[in-house]
Amino acid sequence: MPREFTPKVVTANTLLKGDVVYLAADDSWTPHLALADILTDEADADLRVLDAQARAAEVVGVYLADMTPTASGPEPTHFREDFRRTGPSNYFHGKQADPS
Amino acid sequence: MYTYTEFDAAFVAERNRQFRAQVARRVDGSLTEDEFKPLRLMNGLYLQLHAYMLRVAIPYGTLNARQMRQLAMIAERWDKGYGHFTTRQNIQFNWPELADVPDILDALGEVQMHAIQTSGNTIRNVTADHFAGAAADEVADPRPIAELIRQWSTDHPEFQFLPRKFKVAVTGSPMDRAVTLAHDIGLRIVRRDGQIGYQVLVGGGLGRTPMIGKVLHDFLPEEDLLPYIEAVVSVWNTIGRRDNKFKARIKITVHEHGIDDIRARVDARYALIRPQFTGIDQQMLGAIRNDFAAPVFRVAPADNYGAVRAADPVFRAWADTNLSEHRAPGYSIVSISLKAHGETPGDASADQMRVMADLAERFGHDELRISHEQNVILPHVHQSDLPAVHAALRAARLATANIGLISDIIACPGMDYCALATARSIPIAQEIATRFDALKLEHEIGEMKIKISGCINACGHHHVGHIGILGLDRAGVENYQITIGGDGGPDAQLGDRTGPGFSADDIVPAIEAIMQAYLAHRTDASETFLATYRRLGMNPFKTALYGEAEAAKAARRKAEAYVAA
Ligand code: HEM
Ligand code: SF4
Repeated sequence: MPREFTPKVVTANTLLKGDVVYLAADDSWTPHLALADILTDEADADLRVLDAQARAAEVVGVYLADMTPTASGPEPTHFREDFRRTGPSNYFHGKQADPS
Repeated sequence: MYTYTEFDAAFVAERNRQFRAQVARRVDGSLTEDEFKPLRLMNGLYLQLHAYMLRVAIPYGTLNARQMRQLAMIAERWDKGYGHFTTRQNIQFNWPELADVPDILDALGEVQMHAIQTSGNTIRNVTADHFAGAAADEVADPRPIAELIRQWSTDHPEFQFLPRKFKVAVTGSPMDRAVTLAHDIGLRIVRRDGQIGYQVLVGGGLGRTPMIGKVLHDFLPEEDLLPYIEAVVSVWNTIGRRDNKFKARIKITVHEHGIDDIRARVDARYALIRPQFTGIDQQMLGAIRNDFAAPVFRVAPADNYGAVRAADPVFRAWADTNLSEHRAPGYSIVSISLKAHGETPGDASADQMRVMADLAERFGHDELRISHEQNVILPHVHQSDLPAVHAALRAARLATANIGLISDIIACPGMDYCALATARSIPIAQEIATRFDALKLEHEIGEMKIKISGCINACGHHHVGHIGILGLDRAGVENYQITIGGDGGPDAQLGDRTGPGFSADDIVPAIEAIMQAYLAHRTDASETFLATYRRLGMNPFKTALYGEAEAAKAARRKAEAYVAA
């Protein structure tokens, strides 16, 4: 039996600002994890991350991050991705402070 | 203070011009990230969790008011209004944008600062005692030799591609406030029969394989120091391991070859290169030393100091805790705590930086220091000015009277910023500080150094904390391992692990349990935590943390080991 594939999103930092972004279904980069495209097929995930890595003029450090699909979008399985989604916990001025 | 020569200024300006062009080529797509990354790292620019991070060198932690104000300006204009002072006497800006970094570097250049060799496999920013030039216990000011080493190492062609990073620290005091035993090379200025010389330590370091440095040379005359350390770095550059990143530090080379073999190799290399040093370095050192001439200390009465002390308990508490003995009569060294209870250790806002700059200018002979303990020092303040300094610090929330106490915690950025982290450090420091402030136990506990790192790299010096806390990732959950008995002083020691780690929720109660055990077991208030631990060993603390069963197991293991030996 093939092993279970953990759903993933493609994530990176923008080249110019360094902000954390996620790949949306339309291949645009979004700062909101809730809008990220959740990838449940391993082959698809592999292709999407390769495509994203080629977009070196837009982003750096592209990788796949494990997620749990929920009704309100992907939820991180690991606390590191939780911090990347929100920003540092000592100040309220990362993404959490961004009203958009 | 050292002032840049025309050569220095032109060198930094040219380097910044190059980097500006490199950034432009990265942005227009002519450089790939793989090509660009080493170039940005050569200029102190990292990519972290949420943003880029720029690490700026503050050589041997020394800066003046103008430089501090420029850091404030940078924090405000190009960052989020604050900076983070580190254990390596650098400042890190956590939110710069890539396109702004060349402007930031130019702004630094305007005040004789830069970010060169703050990253990469080079000789990093040379650190030194933060009380340099001021401490009553000092043999000699370590900064002139630190500056000479900086000039020699900056862009040194042989040492731009070392096996790994290389860190040098210098102390001029037997009290060793520079943790020289935990550096690749530690230098201690010593006096013997009236002569000044250097004790050279090698192979110390923290990180995943912590080691205490060994004595490579007990007493080296000053004129031989630079060729000798060139020989050390050169030997390591040749035989240091490049096959395994984790074994590439000189501590491993010293460990694998043995100190005697390393000494023999260094001596051979030294014999070869010594003639190339024709004495110009000594002329340079002489000129540098003039730059570090002590300010003209004022001779004035300090009667009001005693009067305010007697009248104002808040001032007295601060003075008792945050002042250190100066070598000039009537003067004190002021440590400004960047550890207000509940704040991020080592962070200063732009406004706070300006307050500190103003105080340095008005009351402190225009000098500031950054300590490896992530505080800021005004090294020369006349005692008659202390009440005014304290009032200004208080207004800026910089007057916390906790230097050397349980809330004066070193904490690396951890998972709140750092891409390598396995857990957070900052919130743990914040919670411990807040908790012990609420318990009002800080002064009762007395001298206590807690140091926290967010991963095994040990940037927060946890191995040499009286209590060290290491943040780990246990199956996707933050977990904190405790060591006790570490010490970063002249007889530096690594701490011992207490046992299994604690969850984020349990770590503050665990620290509290250790403190309660200490208070219960110390002979009296004069016995420090460290002394109590050395007298009693791990057992009472283990019992406090894990209960009787664990402690009994540990005692049995110890007894068995004793029998086996
Ligand atoms: C961009 C953030 C940082 C990164 C990527 C980073 C990376 C590292 C790494 C990989 C090591 C282990 C080196 C080795 O043993 O080979 C290390 C050690 C160290 N770092 Fe950091 N660090 C960062 C921030 C800091 C900060 C903020 C401080 C000060 C608070 C600091 C001070 C140190 C110190 C003192 C060591 C000690 C160990 C030694 O070299 O023996 N670093 N760092
Ligand atoms: S100890 Fe680890 S988490 Fe902390 S700054 Fe260093 S590399 Fe980052």
